[in-house]
Amino acid sequence: MRSDAAKRKAPRALSIAAIAGLLFLHLPLALILLYAFSTEDASYEFPPPGLTLRWFAVAWDRQDIWDAIALSLRVAASSTLIAMLLGSLAAAAMSRTRFFGRESISLLIILPIALPGILTGISLRSAFNLGGISFSVWTIMLGHATFCVVMVYNNVVARFRRMPSSWIEASMDLGADGFQTFRHVVLPNIATALLVGGMLAFALSFDEVIVTTFTAGQQTTLPIWMLTELVRPRQRPVTNVVAVFVIAVTFAPLVVAQLLARRTEGTSESGLR
Amino acid sequence: MTTALRVPPTQGFGRRISTALLLRPKLLLALLLLPPLLWLGVIYLGSMLALLIQSFFSIDEFSGMIQRSLTLRTYGELLRPAHLDIILRTAAMAAAVTLASAVLAFPIAYYMARYASGRAKTVFYLAVMLPLWSSYLVRVYAWKLILAKEGIVTWIAAELGVENWLEALLSIPVIGGAALSVSYIGTFTVFVYIWLPFMILPIQAALERVPQSMIEASADLGAPPHRTFRNVILPLAFPGVVAGSIFTFSLTLGDYIIPQIIGSSRLFLGQVVYIQQGTAGNIPLAAAFCVVPIVVMSIYLSAAKRLGAFDAL
Repeated sequence: MRSDAAKRKAPRALSIAAIAGLLFLHLPLALILLYAFSTEDASYEFPPPGLTLRWFAVAWDRQDIWDAIALSLRVAASSTLIAMLLGSLAAAAMSRTRFFGRESISLLIILPIALPGILTGISLRSAFNLGGISFSVWTIMLGHATFCVVMVYNNVVARFRRMPSSWIEASMDLGADGFQTFRHVVLPNIATALLVGGMLAFALSFDEVIVTTFTAGQQTTLPIWMLTELVRPRQRPVTNVVAVFVIAVTFAPLVVAQLLARRTEGTSESGLR
Repeated sequence: MTTALRVPPTQGFGRRISTALLLRPKLLLALLLLPPLLWLGVIYLGSMLALLIQSFFSIDEFSGMIQRSLTLRTYGELLRPAHLDIILRTAAMAAAVTLASAVLAFPIAYYMARYASGRAKTVFYLAVMLPLWSSYLVRVYAWKLILAKEGIVTWIAAELGVENWLEALLSIPVIGGAALSVSYIGTFTVFVYIWLPFMILPIQAALERVPQSMIEASADLGAPPHRTFRNVILPLAFPGVVAGSIFTFSLTLGDYIIPQIIGSSRLFLGQVVYIQQGTAGNIPLAAAFCVVPIVVMSIYLSAAKRLGAFDAL
């Protein structure tokens, strides 16, 4: 059924438009890579007057960058854990049963990413202010977990829907209790979906800036560090190097997550071939 | 193996709990839902409601103190010409970005859904997903390099000998400016660049679901390809476009980082909210401004639901 797609030949104009679109999406990132080696440090001159590896060494020695990376990793890890827990609980509840208010709950789960992030940010900030809660790493995590839940939820709920409920019944019939069924039947089946959802949540949190600007006090996550440099550049080449680092760090897990998601989808479809 | 099955079930505490939950599915459901609902309901919705209530407070113009009595005065302030300008400007930008994204996204989505297969499809999919998930700030930053006055766009224009075209573009009133990086053209380009993947994916999903048999039927009934495209494929892909437009429109409405880094000094809605709650300390007005995207998006979402966009997500 897929094979006839390959036999058809795309009209030339369509191929050109599609490839131009992809280039539009990717060339800017390639350009950053080039700029990280530029010897020019005061402007964004193109073409770069010379190439150097110097800035990588300069960036390596900057403690503020390491601190920002460490904080971002900590925040992303904690909010991903919270999101994995809350997201899979919600997915388990929503996938099997129909009940009154189900639609509103699914709306509530997607709302934090459906509404502009600035709303989440300002609401949380004013609520923290009203409640007299001071801004810290915890308030950042709290905000991040709120919009990370949907990433895990979406992936896990899709997997639950594909898993026949008879498997759980079979496990129970064979004498397993609820916990054993969860441990040996449910968990292995949702594991990859949970992993992919977790990776996406992690990437989302690691990169988040809009909500973070509202929920952070003096703390500087890596995106906040970048934002400060973008608004008031201090050492442009160092920013370029950090940008390259961020691209490298986010691309690797995303490719893995994609391939993982593709592969597990592939196995379920391959039964037809 | 058979002996293992004959072992009588242990009557431990855990088993009694699991039996109890199995017999009461409603209790199990409540236990599963409670933690996520508490989190999202109390922390997220709670603070959102608190913010909305504050939009009915007002600020004392002399002391700068917030007066906690319900009034519509802040909303009256929202309707001032200067503020209305900001709202309309933001909505116009969101509409323009949405339209441009749809035009750029359609060929990519169409190619992915109907001509790419196997390995090519995976490559296309990754090529669309990677920018979506790679760092937002880094991608905005890339455009700061590109659009800078000494940057690559100016260089290419010079190499091609079309500097005067660029000059002409920048001298257009309102959307032009001293350089691309401080003009609305720049802001618009970056918005389109950043949100484009959000448009491609739903269109592609909608196109995937157009059955081949329908296209063949249309051809069998004598329709030339362009008519099949217009009368069969396009209407079926439209819910996908609407689904994508939810993202591009909503994200543009609320973004305050892009116009701050690349754009002119005339503010967008998100920037005003940021300034009002921060340096200006006028939370009621910031909250009232926040109500605008909520109202706009509610109308948008209910219209999108009617057009069947949610099935395309």
